[in-house]
Amino acid sequence: MSASELPVRSPEVKSQAAKSDAQTLPAQPLNLNVRKAFAGGFALDVNVSIAPGITILFGPSGAGKTTLLDCIAGLTTPDAGRIAVGEKIFFDQAHAINLSPQKRNTGYVFQDLALFPHFSAEQNIEFGISQLPADERREKVRAILESFRIGPLSSRKPQELSGGEKQRVAVARALVTNPRVLLLDEPLAALDAATKSKIIEDLREWNNAHQIPIVYVTHSREEVFALGERALILENGKITAQGTPHEVLSAPRRETVAQLAGFENILDATVLTLNEDRGTMTCQIGASILLETPLVRAAIGETLRVGIRAGDILISTILPMGLSARNILPGDVVSVERRDMIVAAKVNCGVEMEAHLTLAARDSLALEPGREVWLVVKTHSCHLMQG
Amino acid sequence: MNWQALWLTFQLAALVAGILLVIGLPIAHWIAFSRWRGKFLIEALVALPIVLPPTVLGFYVLIALGSRSPIGRAWIHLTGHPLAFTFQGLVIGSVLYSLPFAVQPFASGFAGVNPRLLAASATLGASKTKTFWRVILPLSIPSVITGAVLSFAHTLGEFGVVLMVGGDIPGATRTVSIDIYDKVQALDYASANATALVLLLLSFVMLAVVYGLNRRVGMVGR
Repeated sequence: MSASELPVRSPEVKSQAAKSDAQTLPAQPLNLNVRKAFAGGFALDVNVSIAPGITILFGPSGAGKTTLLDCIAGLTTPDAGRIAVGEKIFFDQAHAINLSPQKRNTGYVFQDLALFPHFSAEQNIEFGISQLPADERREKVRAILESFRIGPLSSRKPQELSGGEKQRVAVARALVTNPRVLLLDEPLAALDAATKSKIIEDLREWNNAHQIPIVYVTHSREEVFALGERALILENGKITAQGTPHEVLSAPRRETVAQLAGFENILDATVLTLNEDRGTMTCQIGASILLETPLVRAAIGETLRVGIRAGDILISTILPMGLSARNILPGDVVSVERRDMIVAAKVNCGVEMEAHLTLAARDSLALEPGREVWLVVKTHSCHLMQG
Repeated sequence: MNWQALWLTFQLAALVAGILLVIGLPIAHWIAFSRWRGKFLIEALVALPIVLPPTVLGFYVLIALGSRSPIGRAWIHLTGHPLAFTFQGLVIGSVLYSLPFAVQPFASGFAGVNPRLLAASATLGASKTKTFWRVILPLSIPSVITGAVLSFAHTLGEFGVVLMVGGDIPGATRTVSIDIYDKVQALDYASANATALVLLLLSFVMLAVVYGLNRRVGMVGR
């Protein structure tokens, strides 16, 4: 599915959009056609249409993500191309149009947030709408303070705010101006997952009512799954993939002799479900074992191979509780064999798996054939390869 | 102790510092943010008074203000009296002489403001003027105070330019430094010492205030 085909998320969203204030612009895509070369050989060359809603711009450091946002905001001028939101042209080299940042009305949340240190949270938010009459301005600031839950902090200076609070103020400052497009440059990278997801929820709710293109830059794989309905992969200045997070992610690795060498356990696995929101998928191994693995580009029903290093598997003699590991497989010890300074235990969980432990661990667990045990395997200890 | 000379000097220094605040801020803004390739020429021009002997600067100012120059003639036409050897002429000479002491701290303060804050201001729709008054200036206050106080203190102590442009007219152009020179010439060391001591203490207190202020602001964390 391409980005432009994506509809609004639900019927409820449509009704909310209709109710929102009259200033809201109709949903308009951001059309980007940007070329810019830099001394040293790096060149940005992007041609893409970004629909209203959250689009993740994902790529390694130095791929050109921030430069692309700066081009959209007017802080950097491309060599050639065209940038427009709907009918509003920001930049058109062919027609010598290049609006100043002041006239583009983009909401830009910078990587370092760039809150004005000498202003309170409220003054920061007010800054972009100071041309409005006082009544209207106060009402808008009050509303956005409330929707981003920062009302009680309004008189604090940025240095008196926590990381998450600063992020909220920065997002609110950008949104209160009713921007045509919202640009977020790794704004939440430094936050813990819980704070992050709350801010994202508030942002989603705001966007349900306003429907503007939101470009969210990240280099974190986890954020791609947590946030985006759509993702663009930017590598070395070029868009190399676009689609849902699942579609654009890396394919499972080719299974080669070299890769096989590191894995004592190589199992056939059938993909049962894709949990795109969590970045995992569930695979079936043998007749009945379910294994949660990292998400790769795969279809339901497809057969892959899962490689698990024997050293990555824990053995427990009682049913483990309260562990973060997602896979706990019951089985029976088949054999316990000493190899130099480690012990290789073979366990039958429906399929036979090998786990390594130390001599001391073997003694304290009193492992012997026939003993009932549980194998513990972390999701990210499961390495997926093509069959 | 020549109170007339001290009062005159104080008036001159305050006026010069005030004028430099008005014309120095835009010049500093231009120096800090212009991308013109020939900018270094203007920077060099502004810095000239630091290295030039005051007599050289004073000489050219005198020529420029004299009754034969267009500026001098225009002034006579407007006011009826010449510009050279007057308080007004002294103000003009001193403004030029102290220009770098105001502009350089201003410009380095402006250039030190995080560029992302200026970018944020622009994306929030603020004009260059609004960005200057509400972001750049408030965040450069220590530098602006430094520039104003330095230009004030520098004018207090000037000698060569005053002698060249203003001469030695009591109540009009006789400043403290000229007065001290006169006293020494007349071998009146006691009066010279009294006036010199006042100037020394005044200058020290002022510089101490500037550095003390900057230190406190520095600790708050800019």
